[in-house]
Amino acid sequence: MTTTLTKPQRQEKIARRERRPRSATQRRNWLGGLSGWLWLVVVAVPLYWTVITSLKDQSKYYAGNALAPSADSTLDNYRLVIESDFGQYFINSVVVAVGAVVPAITFSFMAAYAIVRGGSTRFLRVVNGLFLMGLAIPLQATIIPIYLIVIKLHLYDSLLALILPSIAFAIPLSVLVLANFIRDVPKELFDSMRVDGATEWTTLWRLAAPLTRPALITVTIYSALTIWNGFLLPLVLTQSPDKRTLPLAVWSLQGQFQVNVPAILAAVVLTTLPILVLYAFGRRQLLSGLTAGFGK
Amino acid sequence: MSSLTHHAPRSGRRGSLLPWLAAPALVFFIGFAVIPLVGVFALGFTTWDGIGAIHPSGFDSWRAVLTDPGLPHALLVTFGVMVASWAFQTPMSILLGTFMAGRQRYRAVLGVIYFIPLLLSSAAIAVAYKALLNPTFGLGAGLGVDWLSKDWLGQPGLAFGVVIFIVSWQFIPFHSLIYQGGVQQIPASLYEAAQLDGAGRVRQFFSITLPALKYTIITSSTLMVVGSLTFFDLIYVLTEGGPGDATRVLALDMYKRGFQANLMGPASVIATILVLVGLGLALLLRRLGGKDAAASQLEGA
Repeated sequence: MTTTLTKPQRQEKIARRERRPRSATQRRNWLGGLSGWLWLVVVAVPLYWTVITSLKDQSKYYAGNALAPSADSTLDNYRLVIESDFGQYFINSVVVAVGAVVPAITFSFMAAYAIVRGGSTRFLRVVNGLFLMGLAIPLQATIIPIYLIVIKLHLYDSLLALILPSIAFAIPLSVLVLANFIRDVPKELFDSMRVDGATEWTTLWRLAAPLTRPALITVTIYSALTIWNGFLLPLVLTQSPDKRTLPLAVWSLQGQFQVNVPAILAAVVLTTLPILVLYAFGRRQLLSGLTAGFGK
Repeated sequence: MSSLTHHAPRSGRRGSLLPWLAAPALVFFIGFAVIPLVGVFALGFTTWDGIGAIHPSGFDSWRAVLTDPGLPHALLVTFGVMVASWAFQTPMSILLGTFMAGRQRYRAVLGVIYFIPLLLSSAAIAVAYKALLNPTFGLGAGLGVDWLSKDWLGQPGLAFGVVIFIVSWQFIPFHSLIYQGGVQQIPASLYEAAQLDGAGRVRQFFSITLPALKYTIITSSTLMVVGSLTFFDLIYVLTEGGPGDATRVLALDMYKRGFQANLMGPASVIATILVLVGLGLALLLRRLGGKDAAASQLEGA
């Protein structure tokens, strides 16, 4: 679905980048400024409320000011959540995310390379068309046949049942973004690799991979995030509590804790914490990569 | 496209490796996307309870779904969510995108905070908002503010509004990021020229910024519209389609028929409709993009 730049546009863009775009945006923009600060409040208040309430004592949280942090903060709610098998859910999520992302990105990269380098062959054009079609289809709609396939493979209620479809779902967008970046590698570099007698396999890993590293990191983060947060696949394809991933766990803990609002919110915070830590480190890659991948 | 022919390998040995490089991705995609896609269409012509044997049953499921008044309602809710979330998110994202395109340091910091909701799972967001909007235990009651302590998820109109709000809360940052990229690519010289011609800020926005963002708007709208078909997790956790069936979108209808009522045949029919709606919308939006967008799409191919 993402449109890419035509060749002259892309050269123009590179030229412009060197001139450093000093667009209209340095002038005052009252309406933008107002909406900017307003949106900050809209985003921040629910997040803030979630965090401070998760630190309050259940018996007392209702009495005080809802937006003021409690004087006697407690980690009891967090202890309660961790004692509810949180470690198991966390490990499940890690296994599924790593187990799906590593093959998904490796295969997508190989496919993107093949599509860019051999795009004139009919077979690869069809393959590419297939992946592009995958972008337009809400893949969730295929959940019933996936459920059937998983049963037939005797994988129902296993983590592998979550991994296999997740790989497939991550492929279309990853191939599209990676192909866009591999296409930007100057063809002279490929030529000189060939003159040196390198095979396509060597060129793929020694030349294309290092040169498209930012794109690889971006699609890795993006698909890891999507899989980490996935809800429908675990909901449909697993049933035992010990196979739950974090989003499913937070949902079932909500049922279990009933009106213990601080504990429910502690579960929300705990499921989110790993991503926030990663965000703190990989923010620049994620943000710039997303604009590069989608804004083209 | 011409660059592709240049890149094409010349020696036969090397050429034969390339298709194999695409094979693993292709195998997974066929196994868990293409076959299920064909499968969902085929299952629409069967009767299956999700556990026992699958029996072919012709058009029974289609007839059952098409005569069910639940279908037009689910379609209406789905398009309602789509249109309302698009109409709220687009102007807001353009505004925020233009704002974030400024290079002031504090705007970058704000951008970091805006982006946090996008990192959270829809399930976690729905759970948090359910607690926050609870009329007895939520934020409104805690602050003693009456207009905030409504039964937000208990009344059809309010619940629909809450869904639109949370969707926007979650996805506006992503779309403003796309617009930010688009705005930063507009050459400053255009604005300088407009200023010399005496065009004011509003005029500049409508005559330069908005037309220059045309393809960004199409890209972002396509993602919004096709994405809105998949708001399953959020609505399922938040309202389960309720109150009544006020927020029962197609994806939820599919899940409930299939995995709660054990009617996999009709559920597959709904899924087929969902696929067709998605494909139709994507094609429609691409057409709106005109020739240029189609050309650049080809370039991407």
